[in-house]
Amino acid sequence: MEVTSYRSETAPVMTSVSKWKKRIPFIIAYGVLGLTTLPIILMYLWLLLSSFSEQMKYGFIPVRFTLENWKFLWTSVEHGGSELPSIWTATWNSFVFSGTLTILEVIIGVMAGYALSRLEFPGRQALMKTTLLLHAFPSIALLIAVYYILNFMGLFDSLWGVVLVKTALQIPMTAWIVKGFFDDVPWDVEWAGLIDGCSRLKVWFTIVLPLIKPGIAAVSIFSFLSGWSEFLLLYTFILSDENVTLASYLQRLISDPNLVNYGLLSAVSLFYMLPVLLFFIFTQKSLMQVSVGGGKRV
Amino acid sequence: MKIELKNICKSFNKKSNTIDHMSLTIEDGEFVALLGPSGCGKSTTMLMIAGIYKPDSGEIYFDGQLVNDLEPKDRNIGMVFQSYALYPHMTVLENIAFPLKQQKVPKEERIERAKQAAEMVQLGHLLDRKPSELSGGQQQRVALARAIVKKPKVLLLDEPMSNLDARLKIEMREEISRIQKELGITTILVTHDQEEAMTMADRIAVMRDGKIIQYSTPMELYNHPKDYFVAQFIGTPPMNFLKGKLSNNQLRLRNMTIELDRKWLDFDGEETDVHVGIRPHDLKLGNNGDIRIRGIVHMVEPIGHSQIVNVKVGNEQVRFFVEPNIKMEYGREVEISADISAIHLFDKATGRSLKKDSVNQGQIEELVS
Ligand SMILES: Nc1ncnc2c1ncn2[C@@H]1O[C@H](COP(=O)(O)OP(=O)(O)O)[C@@H](O)[C@H]1O
Ligand SMILES: [Mg+2]
Repeated sequence: MEVTSYRSETAPVMTSVSKWKKRIPFIIAYGVLGLTTLPIILMYLWLLLSSFSEQMKYGFIPVRFTLENWKFLWTSVEHGGSELPSIWTATWNSFVFSGTLTILEVIIGVMAGYALSRLEFPGRQALMKTTLLLHAFPSIALLIAVYYILNFMGLFDSLWGVVLVKTALQIPMTAWIVKGFFDDVPWDVEWAGLIDGCSRLKVWFTIVLPLIKPGIAAVSIFSFLSGWSEFLLLYTFILSDENVTLASYLQRLISDPNLVNYGLLSAVSLFYMLPVLLFFIFTQKSLMQVSVGGGKRV
Repeated sequence: MKIELKNICKSFNKKSNTIDHMSLTIEDGEFVALLGPSGCGKSTTMLMIAGIYKPDSGEIYFDGQLVNDLEPKDRNIGMVFQSYALYPHMTVLENIAFPLKQQKVPKEERIERAKQAAEMVQLGHLLDRKPSELSGGQQQRVALARAIVKKPKVLLLDEPMSNLDARLKIEMREEISRIQKELGITTILVTHDQEEAMTMADRIAVMRDGKIIQYSTPMELYNHPKDYFVAQFIGTPPMNFLKGKLSNNQLRLRNMTIELDRKWLDFDGEETDVHVGIRPHDLKLGNNGDIRIRGIVHMVEPIGHSQIVNVKVGNEQVRFFVEPNIKMEYGREVEISADISAIHLFDKATGRSLKKDSVNQGQIEELVS
């Protein structure tokens, strides 16, 4: 839109007809984009309205404002005859789960990515090919085997166990993404560090890592988000109430189709989304700025 | 610091040696250029001296001490990379001060010395910029300042001027020569530009395919090239070559037969195809010399104080200089000549020089010791 207004200002002689003509491509573009995103926007709007009203007339007209649905934030709520665990326990667990996952994934992914990018070792090519294959593996196919392993290790019904499983499943992709960032760091820069008096490890920390910061940011964001939205593994391997996470909490609200409280469901869904939105707002800058490499541009 | 390479080999694959049994001695405080075409192994040699690559076999000595297994950080060298390799996340000042920081020089002294180095390369006003905000020439200066700031014993320069425009190149050449003399650092310059090597270096090692073809002073290389490859490489405009045949002491060149002094030749007498080389400077218009060649004017390039004339001699081309006031007409036949002492002879098959004094081994040895 800015472009069109800028043009009409610098060319005041333009007639209104040609002004409209100039705008036509933009109008079409925005129109098409608007129409296609409308259903998604409406869905979120519906969620918001439904969480703050007593009921939705004909399914989409909100009736009477209320905070009843948000009661779960300060008291314990009952659903389907049983008391739900505290939302704060679930939130805390979700944070612990996603946070630990992020930390593990970044540390392992960065080291693995560096090895894949820089070190010559036998089987490197084969390893890179199979890691991708591994990622294509649906985690649902592994559920039973993972159950046996977790059970054997005494990690069943423990968040740590699921964190380990999830990390293992995510590492191949993370290592691949990080490898790409390391590939963009020129050898010369690393060598210059060695000659300027650093040990190998010091070069890594003072020169190479700062250069792949955007990559680390991107990987952290992706792994946090994927941890936050993880459902299947948590649902399968976590039973006790004190280990419940937000995704499983939501699931309990819809487990019995005859007993769904849509207002409560909407409120909890919005609450579940909130950290993701905030997180995204604060981190999108690092996601966008993806450039490494110094020195001359040839 | 005196640097010695002894019988160095380095290979990146099983098929061939990138560096093939290379030996080279660089005296303390000397400025040596490694000259050769792209891909001949110049950077690899530098990186071995720097300690980044380990030679597969052979030894490297610094001041007589074996350094094959010494880490780069302990070698006390400064290096300017082909790509400059500045640290993109640091400012110019931080870049230059980085080597000092690694030596744990106190902050104030570090900044002071970094600023001095920056002044030395005339960068004093750009200290707060990031490398990405600098021009190629400025980046190159930062790299140079970073290389000299810790007063290293050895300075390695890997094609530092390949990305500068012609004017900047000349300025930087003078600047590097000045700094090198000022600090008296043993310096190795890698370049594929013979002019750069000729103007800056005390000695030049001409390299091809991982081997040193000739290692001598610029004038020695110019006057007595030991090999066809060196003769081709050194001098602008390049040496002219005509096909000839040598048997016993008779050289057949076009329609001439020239009697040569047998003592003058390093040659067994059997009939051999040769390249006859004559420097453009040694050719004169007219017929005053021993060797006369006729050719058709094909191109004239005025260069101010002189003009370079290109004549076609049969299928071959010959360049020479003509006074600027003489008018050369395209397509006209002219006669040019040279003294017999000015010619160089190279075996066409092996490239070896067949002139005796061109391989003046004794003289070179004297220079070394
Ligand atoms: N790290 C490496 N891995 C494999 N081959 C290399 C490597 N470095 C250099 N080479 C090869 O060695 C040869 C010499 O390279 P280099 O020393 O960079 O040449 P120059 O600097 O003279 O242009 C080239 O053929 C190049 O492909
Ligand atoms: Mg090179």
